[in-house]
Amino acid sequence: MSDHSTSKSSPLTTYFAVWAALLVGTFITYKAAFLDLGVFNAAVALTIATTKALLVVLFFMHLKGAPEKLLKLVVISTIFFLFILLALSMADYGTRLRS
Amino acid sequence: MSDSQTAAVPDGVPSDARSDAHGEAYNPALLHHFATEEQQRDSASLGMWIFLATEVMFFGGLFCAYLIYRGWYFGDFGAASKSIDATLGASNTAVLICSSLTVVLAIWAAQTARRTLMIGMLILTMLFGLTFLGIKGIEYKQKFEEHHVPGKSFSFDHVPIPGHPDQFANPDHAQIFFSLYFIMTGLHALHMIIGLGLFAWLLWMAWKGRFTPEYHTPLEIGGLYWHFVDIVWIYLFPLLYLIDRHP
Repeated sequence: MSDHSTSKSSPLTTYFAVWAALLVGTFITYKAAFLDLGVFNAAVALTIATTKALLVVLFFMHLKGAPEKLLKLVVISTIFFLFILLALSMADYGTRLRS
Repeated sequence: MSDSQTAAVPDGVPSDARSDAHGEAYNPALLHHFATEEQQRDSASLGMWIFLATEVMFFGGLFCAYLIYRGWYFGDFGAASKSIDATLGASNTAVLICSSLTVVLAIWAAQTARRTLMIGMLILTMLFGLTFLGIKGIEYKQKFEEHHVPGKSFSFDHVPIPGHPDQFANPDHAQIFFSLYFIMTGLHALHMIIGLGLFAWLLWMAWKGRFTPEYHTPLEIGGLYWHFVDIVWIYLFPLLYLIDRHP
């Protein structure tokens, strides 16, 4: 954004590093799915997915170093409300007795 | 130029004259209701992030439905998930990640005034997007031929549950998985098609030379949308394709 005039090569290094990390993450997710990790299969897959999503948000969508603090507030509220949606629904359905 | 000075300019005065009155260079890229270009850019970006927040909740409802049913019918979901080609799904993840890279490179090219690179990267992004939809089409065709599309001709008989070779998956529960699969990937594919439309427009604007190092906000906003669609896929891939794969 505003620092493009000062450093010309460093954003490219970041972009390619993030791209490589995302591809490696995809490969690990794919390979790990074929191993028997018990209950950790889902945990591994979701941890890698969240790491990848964070990389995209921080570096590709430039949330890291964004000048506007309001943006961070929007992102945190988004995650918060998504968490409410999922957590409260799970608390309901997860505690129901089913025949 | 401070806010109060800008606000004090009377309406109806041509922008050239208005800028001259304050001894400032006329800037065609700055709309008159913004004080600075930075403020204009931040406003556009904030609006897009708020839109993406609504999109997260939009997909969130589907993810919630998926999680509830997955908890209830885990074995059936595992069997149904195993019938999808995970290699195609993984390839599509890689294709989308590459398209996200070309998007940031296009924005970088706009920031550094590299017109040819910007146009090339926009074309590449669209090609990756089309590749994604093509692979998706192959996948849908397989599901169609296997009668895994929910509806009257749906059939999922005698498919063993992973880890329990003596038990067969309940076709009704498998149908719920495929309903969620088609709704979630279909909605995602719709977002891809809208994204391709946006990028066709961005390519046209770039071709006409509308984007400069000072002004390329549409490119950044379009890029935010594209990355968001990528993130949705990053979650869809393990959740739909890799539920219970291990032998």
